[in-house]
Amino acid sequence: MSQGPLADVAFWVFGLAAVVAGWLVFRTDSMVRAAYWLFASFVAVGFIMVLLGARFLGLVLVLMMAGEMTIMAVFMVMFMMNPAGLNPMTMVHQHRTAIVAGVVAFAGLAGVGLVADFPDRPVAASAEPTAELGRELLGDSMLVFETAGVTLLATMIGAIALAAKRGRFGDATTGSAAPELDPAPPPEAEEGTGHDHHHGAGGGKEAGS
Amino acid sequence: MSLPALLVVSAALFGVGVYGALSQQTFVMIMMGLELMLSGAMLAAVALWAAATGGNPKGQLLTVVAMTVMAVEAAMGFALVIGIYRIRRADMTEKIKRLRG
Repeated sequence: MSQGPLADVAFWVFGLAAVVAGWLVFRTDSMVRAAYWLFASFVAVGFIMVLLGARFLGLVLVLMMAGEMTIMAVFMVMFMMNPAGLNPMTMVHQHRTAIVAGVVAFAGLAGVGLVADFPDRPVAASAEPTAELGRELLGDSMLVFETAGVTLLATMIGAIALAAKRGRFGDATTGSAAPELDPAPPPEAEEGTGHDHHHGAGGGKEAGS
Repeated sequence: MSLPALLVVSAALFGVGVYGALSQQTFVMIMMGLELMLSGAMLAAVALWAAATGGNPKGQLLTVVAMTVMAVEAAMGFALVIGIYRIRRADMTEKIKRLRG
């Protein structure tokens, strides 16, 4: 952990920046800007981690979020209405409940942080946290590390399966309800194939029984 | 840079995340709230590792696990949004009246 007045000033600047940027995520009209405010918040958190001595984790966090927030911004432009925030808007529900829940969560956790008596054993100045983490990851805790890797692999496969346009048995939308918000109602042909498909499946079942 | 101050900052991040996840209507904004909550949790874990464990590397390992959770959450969230958008043309929670596909 870095000590001294400079580290203190840096901590308060980054801490305030992290919270304020996190708050602005939900205050800005533009969703792309919201993604970049969230990135700013994560960068500040990453720098605090670096100040605390977890240099590897802090920089990995910044690297990971740089990629994720770029995807998020592209995603907003692709899918969301009004991504550029040209019209002012608030899109919230149960606003009061959410504010109360957020304040209660903050008060509870901050209260624990202020009241609880934690042991005072700071990281030794001579320690090499990154090297120790590397030894831990490929030593005693290798199972944890490998489990995380397999989990990420399973996530990749699951995400591809969920997002794929075609499944094993045809189009991913087969059998689904018609889109509710399609500006142009689906042409007759599409309805017809849906019904044909349905009748076909039902007929087959009847014939089978 | 004391431990209580660090924990208060992480609690503030978590609180803002709770507010966002509960109040936002857009799926991606809800995911942003969840990520803010995870960022608060990771900051608290690193703070406790740095101040209270004497540099036990298992404290950093916990943060690595939290980062994995964040990656899984983001990937599955994006995939689900794509799936829902393709079928219902919906990008907000209010537009999904039924979950059955």
